[in-house]
Amino acid sequence: MTALPDLSPERTSVLAVPGMHCAGCMSKVERGLLAHEGVLTARVNLSSRMVTVTHDERVDEGDLTAFLADAGFEAQPRRSPAQKPYSAVKPLLAPLAVAAFAAMNVMLLSVSVWSGAEGSTRELFHWISALIALPAIGFAGRPFFKSAWSALKKGRTNMDVPISLGVLIASALSLYETWVGGAHAWFDGALMLLTFLLAGRVLDAMMRDRARSGVEALVNQVAKGAQVLGSDGACKYLAAEDLRPGMVMRVAAGERMAADGTIVRGKSRFDQSLLTGESQPVPLVEGEHALAGTLNVEAPVDVRVSGAGRDTTLAEIARLMEASTQDRSRYVRIADRAARYYAPAVHSLALLTVVGWLVAGASLYEALVIGVAVLIITCPCALGLAVPVAQVVASGALMRTGIMVKDGSAFERLASVDRALLDKTGTLTLGRPVPDEAALSALTDSDAAIALALASHSRHPLSRALDKALVGKGVKAAVLHDVREVAGEGVFAVYEGRKVALRRPDSAGTTAVLLQTGEGADRLIPFADSLRPDAREAVAALDKAGVECSILSGDRPEAVAQIARDTGLMANANARPDDKQALVARLRASGRKVLMVGDGLNDGPALAAADASIAPGSASDVGLQAADFVFVQDSLDALPRTLRAARRTMRVVKQNFGLAIIYNIFAVPLAIAGLVTPLIAAIAMSASSLLVVANSLRLARVAR
Amino acid sequence: MNGVLVLLPIALLLGAIGLAAFFWALRNNQFDDPDGAAARILIDEDEDGDGRA
Repeated sequence: MTALPDLSPERTSVLAVPGMHCAGCMSKVERGLLAHEGVLTARVNLSSRMVTVTHDERVDEGDLTAFLADAGFEAQPRRSPAQKPYSAVKPLLAPLAVAAFAAMNVMLLSVSVWSGAEGSTRELFHWISALIALPAIGFAGRPFFKSAWSALKKGRTNMDVPISLGVLIASALSLYETWVGGAHAWFDGALMLLTFLLAGRVLDAMMRDRARSGVEALVNQVAKGAQVLGSDGACKYLAAEDLRPGMVMRVAAGERMAADGTIVRGKSRFDQSLLTGESQPVPLVEGEHALAGTLNVEAPVDVRVSGAGRDTTLAEIARLMEASTQDRSRYVRIADRAARYYAPAVHSLALLTVVGWLVAGASLYEALVIGVAVLIITCPCALGLAVPVAQVVASGALMRTGIMVKDGSAFERLASVDRALLDKTGTLTLGRPVPDEAALSALTDSDAAIALALASHSRHPLSRALDKALVGKGVKAAVLHDVREVAGEGVFAVYEGRKVALRRPDSAGTTAVLLQTGEGADRLIPFADSLRPDAREAVAALDKAGVECSILSGDRPEAVAQIARDTGLMANANARPDDKQALVARLRASGRKVLMVGDGLNDGPALAAADASIAPGSASDVGLQAADFVFVQDSLDALPRTLRAARRTMRVVKQNFGLAIIYNIFAVPLAIAGLVTPLIAAIAMSASSLLVVANSLRLARVAR
Repeated sequence: MNGVLVLLPIALLLGAIGLAAFFWALRNNQFDDPDGAAARILIDEDEDGDGRA
């Protein structure tokens, strides 16, 4: 897309619209866009919450965002529309289709053989089966063969090793049987095994894809670049990676810093919550240092770049996270842990069977056939479904209640957690200023109407919050004249001949706005970052579940103390990103299983280092990417709910393993005794798989 | 036996056609937006006569 735009008048933009969730939204978005001049086509992808728009040069991404805002949807432009997101499902769909097709056809032929086809008919059917099955096994089995081979090369074993061995040996033996005109071919068993297992893999991949695209739609675009002041005084837009130390950026109010730097002109307040978790904007003046990723909330400033690209504090945090993520990837999934014991046990059992029958006087051929029967009957069909099906059902249930699961193994890790660290800003609290309820109710109706009208004219975060709160109370805006906004001062207007204003108070002790109506006394409306609904109940529920909670915040001790009192928790304040990570590491080293709940960039390293992590949907880019679970609702009730779901999921997974073991206890002696025919193997395999799937489906209501 | 000789190729052919159709769908991005496809049939096209939506 980068090479073409000048040649073609038609352009393509992709926008993320996280708020879409139904047919009505799709139609509103598409029609809302098409109603405007210059928009040629609009196509929503509901699975990834994106809309692809082709348009001519009369509109740009900013206009499209505005159109969508008119239609009632928040949208963010995506950087690279040409690049398709990676999908883990797609490469598995074709093998699954081939395996299922071949399994059904071969099964049909096998049924005729089992029901008594003999002589040349049986031989013909076996040959046709071989013709269908061998290429199908070669194609559909590749994901398993590849994984097994790479595990063996490293001298390890995983679930795919017994699967691959079983399938390959069964195919080879069946081909030999077909060649010599024998009675039993196992092609149907091998193919059915592959179909069941691939179905499990596809479900697993589907869950991860769905969660990832959901999270990607939430991700905000942080400062892609900055206006750079040239020597001639003109401004030029440069992308973040092209910024160099010494350049002077002009950062408007409401923009994020794209690089670290020193303020050379102007003064403003900066929202550093992304980096430090500090809730209140910090005033900075000429000569002071401002960091990349912080939000300029008040007035335009010129900043001389001191560190860009990999030298910013932001990049430092990214490096810390990378290290933590590598540390966690050493976690071994429960299925692979089971395989460590399962695979050697099964293989030695098959070997012992062969030796035993030889000693008992059977011919080599007979002994081998029975050994193979043991391998096939113990092929971990139910075991391969035990974990993914349970996790997929549970994550589907959680997703319906607004909790996204990014990784199946997260359930396993979360279920064992016994210690939780909670960030304050944006996690225990909503992370956005909310006007004081008492002050709002004290306003007269006409005052409230004026306040709403003034607030609606400003994009300032406090105005937006006031606007939202007043609209929520059902206030109707008054009609104003001569409205003007003075950056850093407030909104001024005339109402029925009186001067009215919504402005910054002169004494800025707390976050507040001053409402002047020219009638009666001026009113101060304080703003506070309020505790999330159900925060106290959530903490109590976690405590009851045996998870000890405490607060870990980068904010000032006074601000943290307030929240600590409200929730009754111990708290650490003033923690820097590396302090948070170090605390997580210390707790883990002392044998605790740590859950980190946080949202900010400053929590990123700790989120990545903890055993399991949860972030709210309002979290920063980094927080969303580092967390295992993301919950989108305001209520903190999501924490105990996710924990409960994880523990129940693990109970079901263990039951599934139990079922698989019971199945083996019955089937293996039969196989060792040489009584298993392909018919018995087919029945046993599908019965155990169905049992495991049925047991997992009980999790469909796990999120309640 | 003769019936089988006719029916077998027919059954296999029908199955193979199904498989080919699935591969065609896979290649042509029919599985890009499963949720959207499910929701799209609920959109009432006649609402404002705009067939493009």
